[in-house]
Amino acid sequence: MSLARNKARILWSMVAGAALALPLVSSAGVLPDDRADALYHRYEGGGVTIQGPSVLVRKKMAEKYAVTANYYQDMITSASIDVEVSGASQYKEERDQYSLGFEYLRGKTTYNLSYTNSEENDYEAQTASFGLSQDLFGDLTTISMGFSRGADKVRNSTDPSFERDIDRWSYRVGVSQILTKSFIAAMNLEVITDEGFLNNPYRSYRYIDPNDNRRFILAQEIYPRTRTSNAVALNGRYFLPYRAVVYGGYRFFTDTWRIRADTFELGYIHPIKQQWTLEARVRYYQQDNAEFYSDLFGRVNQQNFMARDKELSTFNSMAFRIGASYEFAQTGWRFVKKGSVNLFYDRIEFKYDDFRDARVSKLLPTDPGYAPAGSEPLYEFGANVIQAFVSIWF
Amino acid sequence: MIKGIAVKVAAAVALVSGLSACGNIEPWVKPYERQQLADPLMAANPNPVSSAYMDHVFEAREGARGALGGGGGGCGCN
Repeated sequence: MSLARNKARILWSMVAGAALALPLVSSAGVLPDDRADALYHRYEGGGVTIQGPSVLVRKKMAEKYAVTANYYQDMITSASIDVEVSGASQYKEERDQYSLGFEYLRGKTTYNLSYTNSEENDYEAQTASFGLSQDLFGDLTTISMGFSRGADKVRNSTDPSFERDIDRWSYRVGVSQILTKSFIAAMNLEVITDEGFLNNPYRSYRYIDPNDNRRFILAQEIYPRTRTSNAVALNGRYFLPYRAVVYGGYRFFTDTWRIRADTFELGYIHPIKQQWTLEARVRYYQQDNAEFYSDLFGRVNQQNFMARDKELSTFNSMAFRIGASYEFAQTGWRFVKKGSVNLFYDRIEFKYDDFRDARVSKLLPTDPGYAPAGSEPLYEFGANVIQAFVSIWF
Repeated sequence: MIKGIAVKVAAAVALVSGLSACGNIEPWVKPYERQQLADPLMAANPNPVSSAYMDHVFEAREGARGALGGGGGGCGCN
Protein backbone atom coordinates (compact mmCIF):
# COMPACT_ATOMS: atom_id res chain seq x y z
CA MET A 1 0.00 0.00 0.00
CA SER A 2 1.41 3.34 -1.00
CA LEU A 3 1.14 5.63 1.97
CA ALA A 4 4.14 7.85 1.48
CA ARG A 5 3.07 9.12 -1.90
CA ASN A 6 3.15 12.81 -2.53
CA LYS A 7 2.29 15.39 -5.07
CA ALA A 8 5.83 15.60 -6.28
CA ARG A 9 5.80 12.09 -7.54
CA ILE A 10 2.71 13.11 -9.45
CA LEU A 11 4.83 15.79 -11.06
CA TRP A 12 7.74 13.57 -11.81
CA SER A 13 6.91 12.81 -15.38
CA MET A 14 6.65 16.51 -16.15
CA VAL A 15 10.01 17.15 -14.52
CA ALA A 16 11.57 14.26 -16.37
CA GLY A 17 10.16 15.47 -19.65
CA ALA A 18 11.62 18.90 -19.12
CA ALA A 19 14.92 17.51 -17.92
CA LEU A 20 15.10 15.31 -20.96
CA ALA A 21 14.40 18.13 -23.35
CA LEU A 22 16.12 21.14 -21.88
CA PRO A 23 19.73 20.01 -21.55
CA LEU A 24 19.68 19.45 -25.26
CA VAL A 25 18.65 23.01 -25.95
CA SER A 26 21.39 24.42 -23.74
CA SER A 27 23.05 25.88 -26.76
CA ALA A 28 20.64 26.62 -29.53
CA GLY A 29 23.25 26.74 -32.28
CA VAL A 30 24.86 23.33 -31.77
CA LEU A 31 23.41 19.97 -30.82
CA PRO A 32 25.25 18.21 -27.98
CA ASP A 33 27.57 15.28 -28.60
CA ASP A 34 26.42 11.67 -28.74
CA ARG A 35 26.44 10.24 -25.28
CA ALA A 36 25.26 7.33 -23.14
CA ASP A 37 24.90 7.32 -19.34
CA ALA A 38 24.12 4.43 -17.01
CA LEU A 39 23.32 5.46 -13.44
CA TYR A 40 22.55 3.63 -10.23
CA HIS A 41 20.75 5.73 -7.62
CA ARG A 42 19.96 5.08 -3.99
CA TYR A 43 18.07 7.25 -1.50
CA GLU A 44 17.84 6.21 2.13
CA GLY A 45 16.21 8.25 4.88
CA GLY A 46 13.12 8.64 7.05
CA GLY A 47 12.35 4.91 6.85
CA VAL A 48 12.32 4.97 3.04
CA THR A 49 14.75 3.32 0.64
CA ILE A 50 14.45 4.04 -3.08
CA GLN A 51 16.93 2.66 -5.58
CA GLY A 52 17.19 1.72 -9.21
CA PRO A 53 18.83 2.43 -12.53
CA SER A 54 18.54 5.23 -15.05
CA VAL A 55 19.86 4.92 -18.59
CA LEU A 56 20.07 7.89 -20.95
CA VAL A 57 21.19 7.77 -24.58
CA ARG A 58 21.52 10.73 -26.98
CA LYS A 59 22.32 10.40 -30.65
CA LYS A 60 22.38 13.06 -33.35
CA MET A 61 22.03 12.69 -37.08
CA ALA A 62 23.35 14.96 -39.82
CA GLU A 63 24.10 17.63 -37.16
CA LYS A 64 20.45 18.70 -37.47
CA TYR A 65 18.43 16.06 -35.66
CA ALA A 66 18.86 14.37 -32.30
CA VAL A 67 17.03 11.64 -30.46
CA THR A 68 17.13 11.11 -26.70
CA ALA A 69 15.79 8.08 -24.84
CA ASN A 70 15.67 7.51 -21.09
CA TYR A 71 14.60 4.62 -18.92
CA TYR A 72 14.28 5.26 -15.20
CA GLN A 73 13.19 2.96 -12.40
CA ASP A 74 12.39 3.43 -8.72
CA MET A 75 12.24 0.40 -6.44
CA ILE A 76 10.69 1.60 -3.21
CA THR A 77 10.65 0.07 0.26
CA SER A 78 8.81 2.31 2.68
CA ALA A 79 8.11 2.35 6.37
CA SER A 80 7.99 6.15 6.60
CA ILE A 81 6.57 8.05 9.55
CA ASP A 82 3.25 8.36 7.66
CA VAL A 83 3.10 4.59 7.25
CA GLU A 84 3.89 4.04 10.92
CA VAL A 85 1.35 6.58 12.18
CA SER A 86 -1.37 5.04 10.03
CA GLY A 87 -0.68 1.65 11.57
CA ALA A 88 0.12 0.10 8.18
CA SER A 89 3.12 -2.14 7.63
CA GLN A 90 6.12 -1.60 5.37
CA TYR A 91 5.31 -1.78 1.67
CA LYS A 92 7.25 -2.28 -1.54
CA GLU A 93 6.47 -0.99 -4.99
CA GLU A 94 8.07 -0.15 -8.31
CA ARG A 95 7.80 2.69 -10.81
CA ASP A 96 8.96 2.51 -14.41
CA GLN A 97 9.37 5.52 -16.62
CA TYR A 98 10.17 5.83 -20.30
CA SER A 99 10.97 9.07 -22.11
CA LEU A 100 11.63 9.84 -25.73
CA GLY A 101 12.79 13.20 -27.06
CA PHE A 102 13.38 14.58 -30.51
CA GLU A 103 15.22 17.75 -31.59
CA TYR A 104 15.58 19.70 -34.75
CA LEU A 105 18.22 22.39 -35.25
CA ARG A 106 17.56 25.01 -37.89
CA GLY A 107 19.98 27.91 -38.08
CA LYS A 108 20.25 29.29 -34.58
CA THR A 109 16.97 27.83 -33.40
CA THR A 110 16.47 24.43 -31.81
CA TYR A 111 13.01 22.88 -31.55
CA ASN A 112 12.35 19.96 -29.25
CA LEU A 113 9.52 17.57 -28.58
CA SER A 114 9.39 14.93 -25.84
CA TYR A 115 7.02 12.40 -24.40
CA THR A 116 7.23 10.67 -21.02
CA ASN A 117 5.23 7.81 -19.58
CA SER A 118 5.43 6.75 -15.93
CA GLU A 119 3.64 3.71 -14.54
CA GLU A 120 3.18 2.02 -11.21
CA ASN A 121 0.49 -0.23 -9.87
CA ASP A 122 -1.76 2.62 -8.74
CA TYR A 123 -0.55 5.65 -10.70
CA GLU A 124 -0.05 6.52 -14.33
CA ALA A 125 1.34 9.76 -15.76
CA GLN A 126 1.85 10.92 -19.32
CA THR A 127 3.48 14.17 -20.37
CA ALA A 128 4.16 15.78 -23.71
CA SER A 129 6.49 18.79 -24.02
CA PHE A 130 7.38 21.25 -26.72
CA GLY A 131 10.13 23.82 -26.54
CA LEU A 132 12.42 25.99 -28.57
CA SER A 133 15.56 27.99 -27.97
CA GLN A 134 17.36 30.62 -29.98
CA ASP A 135 20.81 32.18 -29.90
CA LEU A 136 20.85 35.95 -30.26
CA PHE A 137 23.17 38.96 -30.24
CA GLY A 138 26.30 37.28 -31.55
CA ASP A 139 25.46 34.17 -29.54
CA LEU A 140 25.89 36.04 -26.25
CA THR A 141 22.27 35.42 -25.37
CA THR A 142 20.15 32.29 -25.54
CA ILE A 143 16.42 32.49 -24.99
CA SER A 144 14.23 29.46 -24.51
CA MET A 145 10.58 28.75 -23.98
CA GLY A 146 8.56 25.62 -23.51
CA PHE A 147 5.18 24.16 -22.82
CA SER A 148 4.19 20.83 -21.26
CA ARG A 149 0.87 19.11 -21.00
CA GLY A 150 0.36 16.26 -18.54
CA ALA A 151 -2.45 13.81 -17.88
CA ASP A 152 -2.37 11.55 -14.83
CA LYS A 153 -4.56 8.79 -13.49
CA VAL A 154 -4.69 8.33 -9.73
CA ARG A 155 -5.81 4.93 -8.44
CA ASN A 156 -6.09 3.27 -5.05
CA SER A 157 -4.70 -0.20 -4.53
CA THR A 158 -7.28 -0.92 -1.82
CA ASP A 159 -10.24 0.17 -3.95
CA PRO A 160 -10.26 -1.09 -7.56
CA SER A 161 -13.18 1.18 -8.46
CA PHE A 162 -11.25 4.34 -7.52
CA GLU A 163 -9.81 6.33 -10.43
CA ARG A 164 -9.34 10.08 -10.67
CA ASP A 165 -7.71 12.37 -13.23
CA ILE A 166 -5.26 15.24 -13.05
CA ASP A 167 -4.56 17.67 -15.89
CA ARG A 168 -1.37 19.71 -15.90
CA TRP A 169 -0.02 22.62 -17.87
CA SER A 170 3.45 24.07 -17.60
CA TYR A 171 4.82 27.20 -19.30
CA ARG A 172 8.53 28.02 -19.19
CA VAL A 173 10.70 30.87 -20.42
CA GLY A 174 14.39 31.37 -19.87
CA VAL A 175 17.30 33.53 -20.88
CA SER A 176 20.99 32.91 -20.45
CA GLN A 177 23.50 35.64 -20.95
CA ILE A 178 27.27 35.70 -21.36
CA LEU A 179 28.30 38.66 -19.23
CA THR A 180 32.11 38.48 -19.39
CA LYS A 181 34.78 36.13 -20.71
CA SER A 182 34.41 34.06 -17.54
CA PHE A 183 30.89 34.69 -16.26
CA ILE A 184 27.54 33.48 -17.51
CA ALA A 185 24.16 34.01 -15.86
CA ALA A 186 20.66 32.73 -16.49
CA MET A 187 17.12 33.45 -15.44
CA ASN A 188 14.29 30.94 -15.72
CA LEU A 189 10.59 31.37 -15.07
CA GLU A 190 7.96 28.64 -14.89
CA VAL A 191 4.22 28.61 -14.26
CA ILE A 192 2.54 25.27 -13.56
CA THR A 193 -1.19 24.69 -13.21
CA ASP A 194 -2.80 21.48 -11.97
CA GLU A 195 -6.44 20.56 -11.95
CA GLY A 196 -8.00 17.37 -10.61
CA PHE A 197 -7.48 15.01 -7.69
CA LEU A 198 -4.38 16.52 -6.14
CA ASN A 199 -4.21 14.78 -2.79
CA ASN A 200 -2.85 11.40 -1.94
CA PRO A 201 -5.71 8.90 -1.63
CA TYR A 202 -3.85 7.13 1.18
CA ARG A 203 -2.81 10.05 3.36
CA SER A 204 -4.70 11.33 6.40
CA TYR A 205 -4.90 14.48 8.44
CA ARG A 206 -5.34 14.14 12.20
CA TYR A 207 -7.63 15.85 14.68
CA ILE A 208 -7.99 15.81 18.46
CA ASP A 209 -10.00 12.89 19.79
CA PRO A 210 -13.12 14.53 21.31
CA ASN A 211 -13.19 11.81 23.97
CA ASP A 212 -9.55 12.12 24.99
CA ASN A 213 -7.67 15.28 24.05
CA ARG A 214 -4.31 13.56 24.57
CA ARG A 215 -5.08 11.34 21.56
CA PHE A 216 -5.81 11.94 17.89
CA ILE A 217 -8.00 10.41 15.18
CA LEU A 218 -7.12 10.12 11.47
CA ALA A 219 -9.37 11.15 8.57
CA GLN A 220 -8.77 11.33 4.83
CA GLU A 221 -7.19 14.54 3.56
CA ILE A 222 -9.18 16.95 1.38
CA TYR A 223 -7.28 19.19 -1.06
CA PRO A 224 -8.41 21.93 -3.43
CA ARG A 225 -8.88 20.72 -7.00
CA THR A 226 -6.62 23.36 -8.51
CA ARG A 227 -3.12 24.66 -7.90
CA THR A 228 -1.06 27.22 -9.78
CA SER A 229 2.56 27.89 -8.94
CA ASN A 230 5.13 30.45 -10.03
CA ALA A 231 8.87 29.99 -9.79
CA VAL A 232 11.70 32.25 -10.87
CA ALA A 233 15.35 31.25 -10.65
CA LEU A 234 18.62 33.11 -11.11
CA ASN A 235 21.82 31.16 -11.66
CA GLY A 236 25.41 32.01 -12.43
CA ARG A 237 28.68 30.25 -13.21
CA TYR A 238 32.07 31.85 -12.88
CA PHE A 239 35.37 30.52 -14.23
CA LEU A 240 38.22 31.08 -11.78
CA PRO A 241 41.67 32.06 -13.11
CA TYR A 242 43.32 28.78 -12.03
CA ARG A 243 40.77 26.63 -13.94
CA ALA A 244 38.03 25.91 -11.46
CA VAL A 245 34.39 26.93 -11.38
CA VAL A 246 32.17 28.41 -8.73
CA TYR A 247 28.43 28.40 -9.32
CA GLY A 248 25.38 29.56 -7.43
CA GLY A 249 21.67 30.08 -7.70
CA TYR A 250 18.53 31.33 -6.03
CA ARG A 251 14.93 30.35 -6.69
CA PHE A 252 11.82 32.09 -5.41
CA PHE A 253 8.57 30.15 -5.38
CA THR A 254 4.93 30.96 -4.59
CA ASP A 255 1.65 29.19 -5.29
CA THR A 256 -2.10 29.54 -4.83
CA TRP A 257 -1.93 27.29 -1.76
CA ARG A 258 0.10 30.10 -0.12
CA ILE A 259 3.31 28.11 -0.03
CA ARG A 260 6.33 30.38 -0.33
CA ALA A 261 9.79 28.94 -0.70
CA ASP A 262 13.40 30.01 -1.17
CA THR A 263 16.19 27.82 -2.50
CA PHE A 264 19.87 28.79 -2.34
CA GLU A 265 22.71 26.85 -3.89
CA LEU A 266 26.47 27.31 -3.99
CA GLY A 267 28.95 24.91 -5.54
CA TYR A 268 32.59 24.55 -6.47
CA ILE A 269 34.21 22.36 -9.14
CA HIS A 270 37.93 21.67 -9.05
CA PRO A 271 39.92 19.59 -11.54
CA ILE A 272 43.00 17.68 -10.43
CA LYS A 273 45.56 16.88 -13.08
CA GLN A 274 44.07 15.70 -16.34
CA GLN A 275 41.65 13.04 -15.24
CA TRP A 276 40.01 13.92 -11.93
CA THR A 277 37.28 16.44 -11.17
CA LEU A 278 36.02 17.07 -7.63
CA GLU A 279 32.82 18.88 -6.73
CA ALA A 280 31.35 20.23 -3.49
CA ARG A 281 27.96 21.86 -3.11
CA VAL A 282 25.70 23.20 -0.40
CA ARG A 283 21.99 23.77 -0.90
CA TYR A 284 19.54 25.39 1.52
CA TYR A 285 15.78 25.22 1.12
CA GLN A 286 13.06 26.83 3.23
CA GLN A 287 9.28 26.97 2.82
CA ASP A 288 6.19 28.27 4.62
CA ASN A 289 3.20 25.98 4.95
CA ALA A 290 0.13 25.73 2.75
CA GLU A 291 -2.85 27.63 4.12
CA PHE A 292 -4.88 24.44 4.67
CA TYR A 293 -2.05 22.53 6.36
CA SER A 294 -2.16 21.73 10.06
CA ASP A 295 -0.27 19.19 12.11
CA LEU A 296 -3.31 18.69 14.35
CA PHE A 297 -6.81 19.97 13.58
CA GLY A 298 -9.15 20.81 16.46
CA ARG A 299 -12.02 18.70 15.14
CA VAL A 300 -13.15 16.61 12.20
CA ASN A 301 -14.21 18.59 9.09
CA GLN A 302 -12.92 21.75 10.72
CA GLN A 303 -12.55 23.48 7.34
CA ASN A 304 -13.14 22.83 3.64
CA PHE A 305 -9.58 21.71 2.90
CA MET A 306 -7.34 19.83 5.31
CA ALA A 307 -3.85 18.44 4.80
CA ARG A 308 -1.10 16.96 6.92
CA ASP A 309 1.42 16.22 4.24
CA LYS A 310 4.79 17.23 5.70
CA GLU A 311 5.81 18.49 2.26
CA LEU A 312 3.17 21.20 2.73
CA SER A 313 4.39 22.15 6.23
CA THR A 314 6.86 24.83 7.29
CA PHE A 315 10.33 23.31 7.15
CA ASN A 316 13.86 23.70 5.93
CA SER A 317 16.43 21.36 4.51
CA MET A 318 20.18 21.58 4.17
CA ALA A 319 21.99 19.45 1.62
CA PHE A 320 25.72 18.86 1.31
CA ARG A 321 27.35 17.21 -1.67
CA ILE A 322 30.74 15.80 -2.46
CA GLY A 323 31.48 14.16 -5.76
CA ALA A 324 34.32 12.86 -7.87
CA SER A 325 34.64 12.09 -11.57
CA TYR A 326 37.41 10.20 -13.30
CA GLU A 327 37.85 10.43 -17.06
CA PHE A 328 39.14 7.47 -19.02
CA ALA A 329 39.95 6.89 -22.69
CA GLN A 330 40.60 10.61 -23.09
CA THR A 331 42.28 10.06 -26.42
CA GLY A 332 39.61 7.66 -27.61
CA TRP A 333 39.25 3.91 -27.69
CA ARG A 334 37.55 2.19 -30.61
CA PHE A 335 34.19 3.96 -31.09
CA VAL A 336 34.44 5.77 -27.73
CA LYS A 337 35.71 9.36 -27.83
CA LYS A 338 36.02 9.52 -24.04
CA GLY A 339 34.38 8.23 -20.91
CA SER A 340 33.94 9.01 -17.21
CA VAL A 341 33.17 7.22 -13.97
CA ASN A 342 31.34 9.34 -11.40
CA LEU A 343 30.40 9.01 -7.74
CA PHE A 344 28.26 11.62 -5.94
CA TYR A 345 27.15 11.60 -2.33
CA ASP A 346 24.54 13.99 -0.92
CA ARG A 347 23.57 14.30 2.72
CA ILE A 348 20.23 16.06 3.32
CA GLU A 349 18.93 17.17 6.73
CA PHE A 350 15.20 17.94 7.00
CA LYS A 351 13.88 19.92 9.96
CA TYR A 352 10.14 20.50 10.34
CA ASP A 353 8.70 23.46 12.23
CA ASP A 354 5.06 22.32 12.46
CA PHE A 355 5.06 18.61 11.78
CA ARG A 356 5.28 16.56 14.95
CA ASP A 357 6.31 12.98 15.52
CA ALA A 358 2.81 11.55 16.02
CA ARG A 359 4.22 8.10 16.81
CA VAL A 360 5.00 9.44 20.28
CA SER A 361 1.38 10.11 21.28
CA LYS A 362 0.38 6.63 20.13
CA LEU A 363 2.53 5.11 22.86
CA LEU A 364 1.03 4.12 26.20
CA PRO A 365 0.97 7.06 28.66
CA THR A 366 3.15 5.00 30.97
CA ASP A 367 5.89 4.79 28.32
CA PRO A 368 8.80 7.13 29.15
CA GLY A 369 8.82 8.37 25.55
CA TYR A 370 5.14 9.30 25.58
CA ALA A 371 3.85 12.83 24.93
CA PRO A 372 0.22 13.83 24.33
CA ALA A 373 -1.04 14.81 20.86
CA GLY A 374 0.13 18.30 19.95
CA SER A 375 3.08 18.14 22.36
CA GLU A 376 5.20 15.58 20.54
CA PRO A 377 8.73 16.55 19.51
CA LEU A 378 9.06 18.15 16.07
CA TYR A 379 10.01 15.68 13.38
CA GLU A 380 13.39 15.70 11.64
CA PHE A 381 15.41 13.22 9.67
CA GLY A 382 18.50 12.86 7.53
CA ALA A 383 18.86 11.17 4.16
CA ASN A 384 21.82 9.74 2.26
CA VAL A 385 21.72 9.92 -1.52
CA ILE A 386 24.25 8.06 -3.63
CA GLN A 387 24.69 8.19 -7.39
CA ALA A 388 27.21 6.06 -9.26
CA PHE A 389 27.28 6.39 -13.02
CA VAL A 390 29.34 5.76 -16.12
CA SER A 391 29.21 8.08 -19.12
CA ILE A 392 30.65 7.54 -22.57
CA TRP A 393 30.77 9.94 -25.50
CA PHE A 394 30.83 8.37 -28.93
CA MET B 1 -8.26 25.48 -24.81
CA ILE B 2 -6.53 24.29 -27.98
CA LYS B 3 -7.15 27.68 -29.53
CA GLY B 4 -5.58 29.35 -26.51
CA ILE B 5 -2.50 27.16 -26.73
CA ALA B 6 -2.20 27.83 -30.46
CA VAL B 7 -2.28 31.58 -29.79
CA LYS B 8 0.46 31.27 -27.17
CA VAL B 9 2.67 29.16 -29.44
CA ALA B 10 2.14 31.60 -32.30
CA ALA B 11 3.06 34.49 -29.99
CA ALA B 12 6.22 32.68 -28.88
CA VAL B 13 7.30 31.99 -32.45
CA ALA B 14 6.59 35.61 -33.40
CA LEU B 15 8.65 36.81 -30.44
CA VAL B 16 11.62 34.67 -31.42
CA SER B 17 11.35 35.79 -35.03
CA GLY B 18 11.26 39.41 -33.92
CA LEU B 19 14.29 39.05 -31.69
CA SER B 20 16.19 37.32 -34.48
CA ALA B 21 16.18 40.59 -36.33
CA CYS B 22 18.36 42.02 -33.56
CA GLY B 23 21.05 39.40 -34.16
CA ASN B 24 23.60 41.84 -35.60
CA ILE B 25 24.41 43.54 -32.28
CA GLU B 26 28.19 43.66 -31.78
CA PRO B 27 29.15 40.97 -29.21
CA TRP B 28 31.26 42.37 -26.36
CA VAL B 29 32.81 38.94 -25.73
CA LYS B 30 34.31 37.90 -29.07
CA PRO B 31 34.08 34.31 -30.25
CA TYR B 32 37.86 33.88 -29.78
CA GLU B 33 37.53 35.06 -26.16
CA ARG B 34 35.22 32.26 -25.12
CA GLN B 35 37.63 29.45 -24.34
CA GLN B 36 36.85 29.69 -20.62
CA LEU B 37 33.12 29.65 -21.25
CA ALA B 38 33.59 26.65 -23.53
CA ASP B 39 35.56 24.69 -20.91
CA PRO B 40 33.72 21.47 -19.95
CA LEU B 41 33.78 22.64 -16.30
CA MET B 42 31.46 25.51 -17.32
CA ALA B 43 28.82 23.23 -18.81
CA ALA B 44 25.43 24.27 -17.50
CA ASN B 45 24.29 20.70 -17.09
CA PRO B 46 27.28 18.38 -17.45
CA ASN B 47 25.44 15.25 -16.28
CA PRO B 48 21.76 15.34 -17.31
CA VAL B 49 21.05 11.84 -16.01
CA SER B 50 22.29 12.88 -12.57
CA SER B 51 20.72 16.33 -12.39
CA ALA B 52 17.31 15.00 -13.46
CA TYR B 53 17.53 12.47 -10.64
CA MET B 54 18.51 15.04 -8.00
CA ASP B 55 15.75 17.39 -9.15
CA HIS B 56 13.37 14.52 -8.54
CA VAL B 57 14.84 13.80 -5.09
CA PHE B 58 14.20 17.38 -3.97
CA GLU B 59 10.92 17.90 -5.77
CA ALA B 60 9.48 14.75 -4.21
CA ARG B 61 10.06 16.18 -0.73
CA GLU B 62 9.47 19.89 -1.15
CA GLY B 63 6.48 22.07 -1.93
CA ALA B 64 8.34 24.14 -4.51
CA ARG B 65 8.68 23.12 -8.14
CA GLY B 66 9.73 24.43 -11.52
CA ALA B 67 12.19 26.94 -13.02
CA LEU B 68 15.00 24.41 -12.94
CA GLY B 69 15.97 25.32 -16.46
CA GLY B 70 17.02 21.86 -17.47
CA GLY B 71 18.25 19.98 -14.51
CA GLY B 72 19.56 21.67 -11.44
CA GLY B 73 21.96 24.18 -12.88
CA GLY B 74 19.28 26.33 -14.33
CA CYS B 75 21.64 27.95 -16.77
CA GLY B 76 20.46 27.28 -20.30
CA CYS B 77 23.80 28.29 -21.63
CA ASN B 78 27.26 27.35 -22.85
